[in-house]
Amino acid sequence: MIDRAILEAFFEECEDLLVALNEGLTDMCNGQADDETVNAVFRAVHSIKGAAGAFALEDLVGFAHKFETVLDELRAHRLAADDNLLRVLQRAGDILADLVDAARDELPANRDQVDPVIAELQTFLGKEAEPEEEFVFEALSLAFDPPETNRRFKVTFRPDHAFYATGNDPTLILAALEKIGTCTTTVQTDALPDRFSDFSWTEGYLLWQVEIEDLLDDFAIRDIFQFVDDLCDLKIEEVLDETGTDLPAPDEQGPDPLDATDEATGLAAEGPVLDVVDSEAQSLAKTEKSSKRTASTLRVDPERVDRLINAVGELIINQSVISQRIAEAALPNSAELFGDLDDYKLLAREIQEGVMAIRAQPVKPLFQRMLRIAREAADATGKSVDLITEGEATEVDKIVVERLADPLTHMIRNAIDHGIEKPQVRAEAGKPTTGTLRLTASQRSGSIVIEIIDDGAGLNRPRIREIAIKKGLIRSDDHLSDQEIDNLLFAPGFSTADAITNLSGRGVGMDVVKTAITALGGRVTINTVPGEGTTFSITLPLTLAVMDGMIISVAGQTMVVPIASILETIRPVEADLSKLGLNNTLLRVRGEYVPIIDLADRLGTASSKSLLTDRVLLLLQTETVAQCALAVDEIHDQRQVVVKSMQGNYGEIFGISGATILGDGKIALIIDPDAISSTKPKTQTAPFHSKKEEAYVTSS
Amino acid sequence: MSPVLDLTGSKQIEFVTLVAGGQNFCIEITQIREIRRWSPVTLLPHSPKHILGVINLRGAVIPIIDLAAKLGFSAIAPTQRHVIIITAIEDRIVGLLVESVSEILGIESGVVRETPSGTEDLTTRSIQGIIPVGDDMTKIIDLEALLRDGEQAAA
Repeated sequence: MIDRAILEAFFEECEDLLVALNEGLTDMCNGQADDETVNAVFRAVHSIKGAAGAFALEDLVGFAHKFETVLDELRAHRLAADDNLLRVLQRAGDILADLVDAARDELPANRDQVDPVIAELQTFLGKEAEPEEEFVFEALSLAFDPPETNRRFKVTFRPDHAFYATGNDPTLILAALEKIGTCTTTVQTDALPDRFSDFSWTEGYLLWQVEIEDLLDDFAIRDIFQFVDDLCDLKIEEVLDETGTDLPAPDEQGPDPLDATDEATGLAAEGPVLDVVDSEAQSLAKTEKSSKRTASTLRVDPERVDRLINAVGELIINQSVISQRIAEAALPNSAELFGDLDDYKLLAREIQEGVMAIRAQPVKPLFQRMLRIAREAADATGKSVDLITEGEATEVDKIVVERLADPLTHMIRNAIDHGIEKPQVRAEAGKPTTGTLRLTASQRSGSIVIEIIDDGAGLNRPRIREIAIKKGLIRSDDHLSDQEIDNLLFAPGFSTADAITNLSGRGVGMDVVKTAITALGGRVTINTVPGEGTTFSITLPLTLAVMDGMIISVAGQTMVVPIASILETIRPVEADLSKLGLNNTLLRVRGEYVPIIDLADRLGTASSKSLLTDRVLLLLQTETVAQCALAVDEIHDQRQVVVKSMQGNYGEIFGISGATILGDGKIALIIDPDAISSTKPKTQTAPFHSKKEEAYVTSS
Repeated sequence: MSPVLDLTGSKQIEFVTLVAGGQNFCIEITQIREIRRWSPVTLLPHSPKHILGVINLRGAVIPIIDLAAKLGFSAIAPTQRHVIIITAIEDRIVGLLVESVSEILGIESGVVRETPSGTEDLTTRSIQGIIPVGDDMTKIIDLEALLRDGEQAAA
């Protein structure tokens, strides 16, 4: 029985290989079908095949073999990388991923899907269907099945006259041997003349026997001797251990060392011959090296990283506690101490950023998966769609990458199913028949923005409205703004497709997407232009654990407002305030009027300062409202805070996104600027409204 | 019956007795993490009357519930003399503000009587059973029922 852990390692390895495979295929589709790319794809498929063979995963092996054969033809330039071939290769890549999944779940392969692709692959191979079983497994590149490195060789050499005459030194040879493996060296002095007068200084009398362990093959040894093997009596033989494994004959002449890409070539450091290593071998060695570099990643139990992150969070809190204590102590001559404190702060921050970076992952693998989703969705709907990805290197917290997969899949399918029109409709509208879907990721001031932009027909608002009425989500006489209508898409149980297509109408709607993204602390917005397309923007926090916050107080409570949404802070003067109706006050900022939102009021309490001019206004920019001014009692400080979730022990609170612990050990709630500034607070605060606003009336 | 406190069979159970709203109650000792003196809390906006706010308990954010108010009595005006019982049920940790904590009561599980069914109110819903103590009696608080109610109130 195969050890489950080893199998797991294989699947993990497969995942990496599949990513490399997809990357290569994508590059090829983008017209970079150069040798290196094809080689990379070939290697990925080959490695999967080799390892799958070791686990007797026959479906996988059979398919990978066919796939690999086609790639080999391509590699040998016997096939041209035309569109048709590339399409089939991509399908094959998808199927390979499916087969890996099936093998992991121990399910039988879906022959209905696999066989047609095998047949298609076969068409490229022509009639000369080669025997299926001709391949041998070389599980070389896989760590769990290490190649035989424990072979032992015995080297016997006796330098002769010419050896010494040409200036060679046996000690250099011995040193070189020592570098390639564990050596046991003995010297036989039998040949030494008994009498000193018989001693000829030009003769070699000594015979060395070196046993070298932990070797892959004898090439490395031959390399070392390549310049002297005609100058000494040399014998290289393998020492077989008791089991008597069937290994190549000891004296078999290995391939010309010049062709060997083995790194051991470097050990024969003396020779000028190295320079003539032919270019093919060199490039192969180079690619091998580069693939080695990318593979030098660490697999760490995420739990350990989480523990580290928690500890660093506490460190940052502790740092602010200490700063506060020292400030309170008002020590004499504390300038230096404060300097040191600043260093401490910087270091803590650096550690924290470093730890966060461990968790950060580029969105590339996620986007790569979407390419496939888009391809399948386009096939299923008979539409022609190009998915263009941008900003793949953008790094996001690992959890975010993982949890984004489902919402993104859904949104991509939706965009293709509902957004992009059928080719003929597009042609009639004067658009290119191939729709373009852009998936972009970028970092914008403390958050990550992922956008899905289609150039389709845009949202059909009358239709959305109609459906919402039919489903009882709104009343027929409700007046909704365009934005409100768009947001109906996210209402639970809403689906615009007339018939439930098997593509996007799977009983889950955009509300699931929204829930998933909200759970990550993000939000989704829609921007649609009829006839031109729709943009879905997902805004996510950069990290889930730490943010920069402005420490404020309101109604005697200390709170935190995320710096990311604060544009500026304003101490209002009478002249800049004007009333709008009974309950609203506007602030004039450089000629623009923005609504003032009383934070205390929104939180259901009353401010300790009745006059607006005594308070501080934070000019906010949020997703929901272009600009608004949040009235708070005072602002204190700006610092990094560790976000603690409230939901585990309490539940969601309107207008509060979380809590943090301040330097004095007290908890401060973190304001959610978007919820606070949204026009319709969920909780009724109306009774307090009129009473409180009177305060403004008297103040103006 | 709450799955966290099993009263079936015959075994020794220990309770911490306390006073809230002038009446005697008790909580099974394994559900209690620690007992702390009252310290000021951070208020939560839009919270029901019995939710006093949150405190920092070694880096975790713990909500504090006024047990008396929660059970339908008038709210406790917290002072330094009042006590917070930190309870843990499954993954939830909640602090209960009570007037005082009296003693640890060890009883056989067979001693526990069922709550006499009368008019159901806020209090009786959260009572799992009663234990006679001398001439008096004390009521076992069903934390799960208590907090389940709390969720509805908070939602």
